[in-house]
Amino acid sequence: MKIAVLLRPVPDPVEELELSDDGTDLDRDFLGYVLNEFDDHALEEALLLKDETGAEVSVWALGTADEVDQILYTALAKGADRACKLGDDLGALDSRAQATLFADALGDEAPDLILTGVQAADELVGQVAVLVASALDLPHVEVVVGTEPVDGGIRVTKEFWGGITGDYQVALPAVLGIQAAREAPRYVAVSRVRQAQQEGNLEERDVTAPEPAPGVKVVEMRIPEAGEGAEMIEGDEAAAADAIVEILRRAGVA
Amino acid sequence: MSDNVLVITEHLEGEPTEISFELIALGRRLAADLGGQVEVLVAGDGAAAMADRFGGADTVLVVDDARLDGFDPEGHPRVAAAVVEARNPKVVLVPYTSEGMDVASELAARTDLPLVSYCKDVRAADGLAATCQLYAGKIEADVEVEGDRAVFAVLSGAAPAADGMSGGAGAVETVDVGVDLPGRVQALGFTQPEAGDVDITAQDVLVVVGRGIESEDNIAEAEELAEALGGAVAASRPVVDQGWLPKTRQVGKSGLTVKPKVYLALGVSGAPEHVEGMRDAATIIAVNTDPQAPIFGVAHYGWVGDLFDLVPELLERVES
Repeated sequence: MKIAVLLRPVPDPVEELELSDDGTDLDRDFLGYVLNEFDDHALEEALLLKDETGAEVSVWALGTADEVDQILYTALAKGADRACKLGDDLGALDSRAQATLFADALGDEAPDLILTGVQAADELVGQVAVLVASALDLPHVEVVVGTEPVDGGIRVTKEFWGGITGDYQVALPAVLGIQAAREAPRYVAVSRVRQAQQEGNLEERDVTAPEPAPGVKVVEMRIPEAGEGAEMIEGDEAAAADAIVEILRRAGVA
Repeated sequence: MSDNVLVITEHLEGEPTEISFELIALGRRLAADLGGQVEVLVAGDGAAAMADRFGGADTVLVVDDARLDGFDPEGHPRVAAAVVEARNPKVVLVPYTSEGMDVASELAARTDLPLVSYCKDVRAADGLAATCQLYAGKIEADVEVEGDRAVFAVLSGAAPAADGMSGGAGAVETVDVGVDLPGRVQALGFTQPEAGDVDITAQDVLVVVGRGIESEDNIAEAEELAEALGGAVAASRPVVDQGWLPKTRQVGKSGLTVKPKVYLALGVSGAPEHVEGMRDAATIIAVNTDPQAPIFGVAHYGWVGDLFDLVPELLERVES
């Protein structure tokens, strides 16, 4: 089995975001990117399948941020067999453009399974997992929380809500949007990543960034006012503890 | 092209979901601005039996097809796309849920319509526009549609569900879309969640830990505080995905909905998926080092600072 995992850099969720001068995008000059956490789970699920079936795992990323090399080398260090970077200095791309580039690259590869994260925080114009499936005319299941290889395909668990799940048998090839791997993403030592970097087995391919998705235009971005509606407690932790205990008392629980 | 709004409804085990009615309510507002009607699509095996639940719509389009057993990630988007082609609505509303995530993007691709996702509001009075929550709620974007038709994937809470339960003609129309279903995805059945050691929906006090708790070892501190307050520890999704707490402790879209007297959020950023499961708590107190954290938008009280500095101080006071 050949498994392709799509890895996407996203702005670090713990960093403060700032807006560009014209207010229609993030100010990306000093923005730090990390691997989309759901993609990290997709990689883990792929590596679990590799452990079980001996599948070949390749990882794919678009050259949309400086951190992409690091993301790909980390995946190699964790156990991916191949890593491929599509384009360089592409700048931020909308999710339709990302899906188009991934689908173009994977069409010839013909993997049995394409895994990526169920969503990313910037998928304004569509979800990459489903858009790639649509472009390649493959079946897809989103919000997957577990897989099991079976004869003639793969069995997947899709999460609905309130903890209800549904099981599906999916014929291959297929695309899965992973919400959570069966196990927490594995840890890899920095030394192993450095080693992968030194080995330098990064395949690189030229791609041309497609036009932005037609029909959708961001006219303004805002950072929602912090604590809009919330009464903000001032002072150090002792002052905050005093205030919170008072709130708990008024609520009748302390 | 019609001036209508088409709402793609969803249901699980014979019950329409709440967000389906929220979208009908939103659809009514949009249809009033467009001078059109609200049509809803109810698709699935046994869909006809649910048609009378949609009195909030003007027309209920029923696709009752035995092949659409449960939710079919391959069949449902194809049926929705065929109905869009046949009815030509101006606006299509899809819930941004587990089911909607399989439907919206494929529907847009198949019908060649633009898609706007993560919508918390959609407007139609002066061209089509939406307000979207991006970057896990840290950014709000105003988006305009160039052209006069689009699909919107809408987050829960965009309009009151009660407003979508009645007020339309509810005329039922059975639709035969004759869609070719390749049958590459087969439903095997649903599983109900296992009961956990603690029922977080029955607690007066929840101490809720998010990504900011940093490690599994640190959860003990939150446990101690929860115990002192006579409550329990719950968590946001990243903590559960790490395996630090069981799924039964998860609050939010893919977890449980809770309404405790006090919701003390420690290091929880407040992504829309989380807020969906806790916004009706009576008193929400949020602690986060990031002053931009969207949790402060839903909290009643907030403190910007380190939870590891605060928790010992709180414990000392609560225990004395």
